[in-house]
Amino acid sequence: MTLSEHPIPLPAADAETVTPKPPLSKKERMQIQRVEMPEQDAILRAANFREVNLGLTEQLAMLEAERCLECPKPYCIDGCPVRVNIPNFIRHLRDGDMAGAAASLLDDNALPCVTGRVCPQETQCEKVCLRAKTGRSVGIGNLERFVADWALANHAGSGASMSQPDALGKTVAIVGSGPAGLTAAKELAKRGYDVTIFEAFHAAGGVLIYGIPEFRLPKDIVQAEVDRLVESGVKIQANAIIGKTYTLPELRAQFDGVFIAVGAGLPVFMNVPGENFKGVYSANEYLTRVNLMGAWNPVSDTPVLHGQRVVVVGGGNVAMDSVRTAKRLGAASATIVYRRGPEELPARAEEAHHAEQEGVIFEYLTAPIEVLGDENRWVTGIRCVRMALGEPDDSGRRRPEPIEGSEFEVPCDMVVVAIGTKSNPLLTATAPELEINKWGYIVTDENGMTSMPGVFAGGDIVRGAATVILAMGDGKRAAMAMHAYLTPPEPAELPTA
Amino acid sequence: MHHVLVNERLSPNVTRLVIDAQRIAEIRQPGQFVIVHLGPGAERIPLTIADGDREAGTISLVIQAIGKSTADLVEVPVGGTIADVAGPLGRPTELPDHGRVLCVGGGVGTAVILPIAQELKHRGVAVTSIIGGRSREWVILEPDLRACGEVITCTDDGSYGRPGFVTEALKDALAEGGIDEVFAVGPVPMMRAVANLTRPLGVKTTVSLNPIMVDGTGMCGGCRVTINGAIKYACVDGPEFDGHAVDFAELVDRLSTYRPFEQFALERRGACSTTAEDAAAVAAAVAAATTPAGAAR
Repeated sequence: MTLSEHPIPLPAADAETVTPKPPLSKKERMQIQRVEMPEQDAILRAANFREVNLGLTEQLAMLEAERCLECPKPYCIDGCPVRVNIPNFIRHLRDGDMAGAAASLLDDNALPCVTGRVCPQETQCEKVCLRAKTGRSVGIGNLERFVADWALANHAGSGASMSQPDALGKTVAIVGSGPAGLTAAKELAKRGYDVTIFEAFHAAGGVLIYGIPEFRLPKDIVQAEVDRLVESGVKIQANAIIGKTYTLPELRAQFDGVFIAVGAGLPVFMNVPGENFKGVYSANEYLTRVNLMGAWNPVSDTPVLHGQRVVVVGGGNVAMDSVRTAKRLGAASATIVYRRGPEELPARAEEAHHAEQEGVIFEYLTAPIEVLGDENRWVTGIRCVRMALGEPDDSGRRRPEPIEGSEFEVPCDMVVVAIGTKSNPLLTATAPELEINKWGYIVTDENGMTSMPGVFAGGDIVRGAATVILAMGDGKRAAMAMHAYLTPPEPAELPTA
Repeated sequence: MHHVLVNERLSPNVTRLVIDAQRIAEIRQPGQFVIVHLGPGAERIPLTIADGDREAGTISLVIQAIGKSTADLVEVPVGGTIADVAGPLGRPTELPDHGRVLCVGGGVGTAVILPIAQELKHRGVAVTSIIGGRSREWVILEPDLRACGEVITCTDDGSYGRPGFVTEALKDALAEGGIDEVFAVGPVPMMRAVANLTRPLGVKTTVSLNPIMVDGTGMCGGCRVTINGAIKYACVDGPEFDGHAVDFAELVDRLSTYRPFEQFALERRGACSTTAEDAAAVAAAVAAATTPAGAAR
């Protein structure tokens, strides 16, 4: 729908004049159709690394905000892993009070510019939005992104008063600067802790900088989020590998509390012949080269192969990021090979849809059985077998089973393996007293505390590969629990009820 | 930020840098390495820690300038800085407490042998080092190794020490008998030749592998090597492995992945450093240099 067709008068474009409008009736709000996120044209964007989603204009954002019905029982908040007070920031936005919207959002969410871009809103807040029952949900993610970007551009801060970073005289070490670590750092700094983040790489951000590509999450935005944290007093020590540079017991001895958020760790390979041929990457390596090391830019010293015909194995967001990256690096053909069907695709619908628009080919119900190579051991293709879905497995998803005699070859010169990760023992190996499960993930109680008192953990190293927002939820929860552990409330302040 | 305190040319293309790295100097053990990152836009380069001074808080890195990134690194002058040094990474060398050990170093690999020989001497193990290079000026760290025990030097052209490859000197030393263990670090063909010599004799042989690496913490899997038929990551499972179990052919092969790009990067570095290049031309050249050779098929 274009703006001129719109049945409801547009809100005033000038945010400076915050004049309360007569509120629309529920019926009027229901008439407003969801505002579409403007996107870069698919053909153009498949050849560049600029962001795909362009963001809403202020007019469009305020119009979309009018669609919120301000439910007495806002299910959207329950749908959000970090419990953002969604109706509140939307109400401010609707009224044109951008600063109020920003303050509200930043109170609840440490990385709103990030979550506004990469959260699977369609399975969280937007899924339980009342409006989704009869039509399309409020575009909560798009509104979050608008408000977050406005806050960044206008240097707007959180509404909550920040304590002095060392007000409590207590120190916390956070291991890993990904979404869980950054969120916990913000929550703890806000409450007056002296927080130091230890990061193994030379730059902070974790998966936000090495994993998620520029076209989905611009790196200057991540940097701005990190900068905001540093300005609030959080210290970041780069090049510090816990388990190597320092051990966990050493950190525990030096800090009052420790939060471990080291992420997923080791790439899983397919365990098929030919996997070590030249031209076979793990998604971790491929994306790290392109994103963190900047190999998408020809001036970078770090090389990455520019496959002409690329096959990406896997169906998650990492697979989508890899295949769309390959396309942008000039691949004439870029193919997803996934062993289940389109309904089972773990990637966000939006990512798969964007990939399709950009010309990515999807080979569903297909599993690789061998990587083929030439006499110089360069990849020349991948041998696959068709699959059929059988009975549900432990995960509840129908187990794919090979169809006999259905083998076929896909010619390609590069293969990216994006079938998941497993836990990295680097840190846990230095702390025998830290309880881990049989997969090597750290065991925690419901508050995120590990078997070592005062040591908390969250994100992928606890739950296995998951999403940015779930990691952030863990970071927030663990920060609260650590605060309660390190600074128990005075008896007088205990609720009397 | 780490300062370069010493920048010393050891051979025509090998340089020793001493840098401040307090924590790493305190805890590093023989066989471990660091990842060095010169600054924005630079590659992350894995380098074995050749030596260190706990009290001074310094480590020394011995670098062979073979590509653009290593060439940039050895040009950092005294007083200059390196943005990032991460480590110590990898497993420390498993060292014997007694017996007789041969340490074989080829070219820049001699620098990796040095901390091993030093620690062995410290433990009271009898060490003989066999080191070599193309010719006299390519033999490095001989005085340092002499402080650890006997040193046999070899040059391919016979300009210094014993003429021929280190493997020939090794063969003779093994023939004398009484060798409990061999440590060999150098070019892959050298390590493979050493392993082939010691295998029939059943002499335990440890080699240090240098595959392509990005993070150094097990995250990328780029450094995977095949050991006894199983995939291992050199960064976390190594970098040292049983020389008799390594698939050297695969290692050589994987190391050649970016050769055209490395060649291009080096030529571009030499050709122009100040003139503005046509970005599109550079992009096309980079894409050409990194097109997988399998694409031709």
